Amino acid sequence: MLQQLKDAITSRLPELDLVLGWEMGFDPFHATPLYIREAADVERLVVGPWAVHNLATYLPGLKGKKVGIVVKGCDSRSVIQLANEGLIRREDVTVFGLCCDGVVSHRKLREKLPADLGFVEEAQWQADVLRARVAGQEVSVRLSDVLADKCIACCYPNALGADVLVGSERTASPQPVACQESFEALSSAEKQAFWQETMARCIRCYACRNACPMCVCRDHCIATSRDPLWLGQENSPAENFMFQMIHVMHLAGRCTECGECERACPVDIPLLLLRRHMNRVTQDLFAYEAGTTVGQTPPLLTFQVEEAGINERGW
Amino acid sequence: MERFLPAAQLTALADDLAGSCHVLAPVAHAGSVVFRWYRPGMRLEFSRMASTSPKAATFPQTEPLLVAQRHEEHKQPVIEATLPPQARTVVLGCRPCGARGKEIFGPVFLGVAHDPYFARRREDALFISLVCTRPETTCFCSSVGGGPADPTGSDVLLIPVQGGFVARSVTEAGAAFLQHALFEDVGARGAEADAVVTQAQAAMPPSHDFSSAPAKLLARFDDKEFWEQQSAKCISCGACTYMCPTCYCFNITDDDLGLISRRIRTWDNCMSYTFTLEASGHNPRPTKAHRLKNRVSHKFSYYPSIHNGVIACCGCGRCIKHCPAGVDIRAIVHAAQEYAQ
Repeated sequence: MLQQLKDAITSRLPELDLVLGWEMGFDPFHATPLYIREAADVERLVVGPWAVHNLATYLPGLKGKKVGIVVKGCDSRSVIQLANEGLIRREDVTVFGLCCDGVVSHRKLREKLPADLGFVEEAQWQADVLRARVAGQEVSVRLSDVLADKCIACCYPNALGADVLVGSERTASPQPVACQESFEALSSAEKQAFWQETMARCIRCYACRNACPMCVCRDHCIATSRDPLWLGQENSPAENFMFQMIHVMHLAGRCTECGECERACPVDIPLLLLRRHMNRVTQDLFAYEAGTTVGQTPPLLTFQVEEAGINERGW
Repeated sequence: MERFLPAAQLTALADDLAGSCHVLAPVAHAGSVVFRWYRPGMRLEFSRMASTSPKAATFPQTEPLLVAQRHEEHKQPVIEATLPPQARTVVLGCRPCGARGKEIFGPVFLGVAHDPYFARRREDALFISLVCTRPETTCFCSSVGGGPADPTGSDVLLIPVQGGFVARSVTEAGAAFLQHALFEDVGARGAEADAVVTQAQAAMPPSHDFSSAPAKLLARFDDKEFWEQQSAKCISCGACTYMCPTCYCFNITDDDLGLISRRIRTWDNCMSYTFTLEASGHNPRPTKAHRLKNRVSHKFSYYPSIHNGVIACCGCGRCIKHCPAGVDIRAIVHAAQEYAQ
């Protein structure tokens, strides 16, 4: 698959300003975004379970350039959604789509290792088994045991709307996400208590916001605006949770569930619990799933006097 | 002074301390390890470095500076300046790099300007650091003036040995702390502790020489292309800044809640657009390239230039390890150092 992708990028590169992909990062457990500008850069490209980043996050900031982008299924939904909302010009983007086998959750991987991720000495994938040496100990871990939750629930492993599709197409077999089920089963008071405790460790760094491909206000976010000052700057569970609720509401009907918010969080706050919940609500009310249909407008960007899914007049 | 703390007594020590002072310690919760104000029942986690730093002990993320309280509407408010109450704080289980962090930026708050908030917290805080036995892939403390057993900024160093920790005092306050009843006679464990320290120092990767960084970074000051390339994958969030033990920039805002208004100081973040946004609307750092340039150059060029060569980085590696995009500050400085015209 990698060679096929490299060939496709090499042939399209002359007509593009740059192509977004991944290369290996500071250790054998981390890939990092790669900006391919010249043919030689293509050699550094990697794909696979470490390619966790949704590169669509960079697209709105590259307006005016001819950009190629490598996407997994979930990332491809973000590209479609951004184009549907007019936040990027689809004709300026060349989409290199992957048929994806899933990516790792570094949080889950950490739980399978004898020591912290930072003590990795060597790591190699052999098919879907990771063999690594961590703090002097040999370990092997199956990908299925450390898959990101979004991959377990994935309905779209093959990139949607791609200009070039690479790899052999997979059939989706989405499973329910256990933590979501147990979260939904909590009472309101229990949910409140859960967020009180969890938000106590939020550092308001806004990695969740900036990693989100659909969070496009960026420099002009109401959470950091000074005039007017909408949200208190105090780092308390109440203010932190308020920020998350604003984030969720701004993503209602727009979130493509790529999970970047949760992955980016340096203190492992399970932010997808909120996003998935809101996505279920928009699906129930509007029968809408963000980023799955080219040309579709999200329900909260349109207005209808009577929504089919909302009973306004009946008792 | 040298004493021994059995591993089994660690939680008992934290529990006991929490009865008489504020304890800031690395606590595990739902897969994460962060510094929290310890309460009995929390789970201490010493086996991995916390994602956040112990900076809050001397420089909390939120600090009230004054409170204006209106008792009746339309009447003058009563304004009260607030200083943190004099109260002992024990930081238990930070790493030597985290303890050193506050020493690096201390001159900013205790130099020309005297910051009573930092001064009081610094005076009241006791740092009990855990010596590192093995460097992580992101650790580079020894390249920026620290080390796995560096005593700078610590009152006591805990050295992991068989069955517990050899506790060595660095300061007088640290020696007094070791009088606590849960510490035992060290016996013959001193030699084992020495060996652990020697081994830890030997395990560090070769040090990188950053001495040319101040001049080399300054030489790239106007090089837009260099900084655009270096910052391309940065998403301009503030994770690196907020986890950093040495970042000290702050913002001041007024939080109004009905009849009570509080002026609070909070950590600021140089990766944010609002960081240098001027009242006129002009922003001298409008892009992430401008902002990352400032972050890196402040730490490795401007700060050492005016503070006797001290690099404003303790090499803990949190900014690298937890960066959502895998930006590596070491690689950026190296690129500037190796840049060929």
